[in-house]
Amino acid sequence: MLRLEARPQPSKLMSLLSPVLALVLTAILAALLFVALGKDPAKGLGIFFVEPLSNLRQFSEVLLKATPLITIALGLAVCYRSNVWNIGAEGQFLLGVLSGGGVALWLTSSGIVLPKIVAVPLVLAAGVLGGMAWASITALLRDKFNASEILVSLMLVYVAQQLVNYMVFGPWKDPAGFNFPQTKNFDASTWLPNLLGGTRLHIGFLIALVLVGLTWMFMFRLFRGYQLQVGGLAPAAARYAGFSASTSLWTALLISGGLAGLAGGMEAIGSFKQITPHVSTGLGFTAIIVCFVGRLHPVGIIFAGLLLSMMIIGGELGQSRLGLPNALTGVFQGLLLVLLLACDTLIHYRVRVRSALAGAH
Amino acid sequence: MDQLPLLIAATLASGTPLALAGLGLLINEKAGVLNLGAEGMMLVAAIAGFAAAFTTGSDTLAFVAGAAAGGLLAAAFGALVIWLNTNQYATGLAVSLFGYGFSAFVGVGYVGQKLSERTPFEIPGLSQIPFIGPALFRHHPMVYIAIALIAAAVWFLYRSRAGLVLRAVGESPESAHALGYKVRWIRLMAVVAGGALCGVAGAFLSVVYAPLWVEGLVAGRGWIALALTTFATWRPVRVLLGAYLFGGVTMAQFALQGAGVNFSSQLLAMLPYIATIVVLAIISRNPTWIRINMPASLGKPFHPGT
Repeated sequence: MLRLEARPQPSKLMSLLSPVLALVLTAILAALLFVALGKDPAKGLGIFFVEPLSNLRQFSEVLLKATPLITIALGLAVCYRSNVWNIGAEGQFLLGVLSGGGVALWLTSSGIVLPKIVAVPLVLAAGVLGGMAWASITALLRDKFNASEILVSLMLVYVAQQLVNYMVFGPWKDPAGFNFPQTKNFDASTWLPNLLGGTRLHIGFLIALVLVGLTWMFMFRLFRGYQLQVGGLAPAAARYAGFSASTSLWTALLISGGLAGLAGGMEAIGSFKQITPHVSTGLGFTAIIVCFVGRLHPVGIIFAGLLLSMMIIGGELGQSRLGLPNALTGVFQGLLLVLLLACDTLIHYRVRVRSALAGAH
Repeated sequence: MDQLPLLIAATLASGTPLALAGLGLLINEKAGVLNLGAEGMMLVAAIAGFAAAFTTGSDTLAFVAGAAAGGLLAAAFGALVIWLNTNQYATGLAVSLFGYGFSAFVGVGYVGQKLSERTPFEIPGLSQIPFIGPALFRHHPMVYIAIALIAAAVWFLYRSRAGLVLRAVGESPESAHALGYKVRWIRLMAVVAGGALCGVAGAFLSVVYAPLWVEGLVAGRGWIALALTTFATWRPVRVLLGAYLFGGVTMAQFALQGAGVNFSSQLLAMLPYIATIVVLAIISRNPTWIRINMPASLGKPFHPGT
């Protein structure tokens, strides 16, 4: 019989091995699913885990998709380390799309052509502010009304989605757009500069990498970052040390809201270049998985972001080449997180085999 | 005024899945388990129920399939959080994300299919009373079953021995363990029962309420049901009343549009979610009140022998 025995100390090695183990288990289940669907499992796995890295064009798409995932997940890592359960990053992302994209649209509509060096930061700053404003609703209700941040942040995702719909069906609809629910295309002067000729990759990826460094500094080198994590691990100790729980809550939510909003702004002028009802693709939820697979660590989040992005691109390839349903990506993502959490048990526990003989004593 | 009975009827119908799921989550939480996977369980059950109704034409089988799907996913969730001591927040969230993806995947072939409108069950005699009849006595049987289940839950939780044990496990698992109760098995049973109720709620949505399947059909009702347990300060009857209140808010948007109020349908669609936030904030405002009513070990893992 198998028995769990608590380790004296959490295992560092297992903490790193657990995502690898979870990925292997996900791949095994994926292969079984391909067989059940009547597809060649080797070919299926190849599409998801090899093909996206096989040539420069696909790889640049992986980096492009990883950009918002990494940016959002960094903020979530700060939140979860502080024990603040913000699960509404998707809503904060959408507000970033609306506020950043709104500025780009305003510049376009009023015919103002600014140099990129002014226009792009303006749009991105608006995105950050939009995300922060949305997250601060959650912070306010948690702080002053004791309302669960889990439920409030999530409810606000649905509100944000309707807000996007309202804007593109109403005030922001392109008058020359044949009544389609979409805005005008943003003027090229507001677009994020391209990073690699012949691909869609933009400098947002570099911004995300810089943010990885900054988040690392905040978490492990700044006193405020330390305060936040103590508050998350041992609230009583933090109170005793005089760290304000309310300040931590606001800091965590403003950082994660700001980063999700920035990701929204970058997507608005990097990928979409207009706003449609389809800007909500669940990246804010996928980023939660990125955050856990990346062990709530900025460096881990880079790898996890690339992995989850690869699965998204793989899903699109699987749809076009093998006729697989696109929803398969969601199944694999969900499985990966469930299996990861199961494997994480090995960080805190050892599996012991208890023989029948020992049990008799 | 002819609209009013229909509006009341629609409110009861739209509150029913919230009441069923809210009751399921209440049972989970009374046993000390916080289940953030409700949305995913409802989605998987919704497509299971829809597929069953579509192929067999039987509502009963659809509800059985929904309950089985919800219960199965809940069993997996329970095994993770109760035996492997995984984080309840993260695991529930993972189950919701998985449920979303899995239901979308299974449901691909059913998008755009429609079931026939369910004929309501007319209670003989009562349904003929003017005004009250069409408002209260012409519903799908599940609407009445939901009310009966709430009544049964009141009896079970507060009048039966098993219910007392369940609450003890949620208040103080250590004491229950010391008295010789199998805390983890009791929690697992509560989780599976709660998941099955979420499953019935999901099947009701896709088979009776919609009646069709689209990706993400549940549209946050699992999360609203979760908020309901807090509104209701963990009392079954208040879960039912809260569910009808939210059913009413959902219906109010259609009523306003029907009445020709010139207001954007997208903004009106925000109403149930905003109402959830507002009520949650008002109810949670007094931390002492919440602490007194909340099961004391809610969300805390229990590992015997440590």
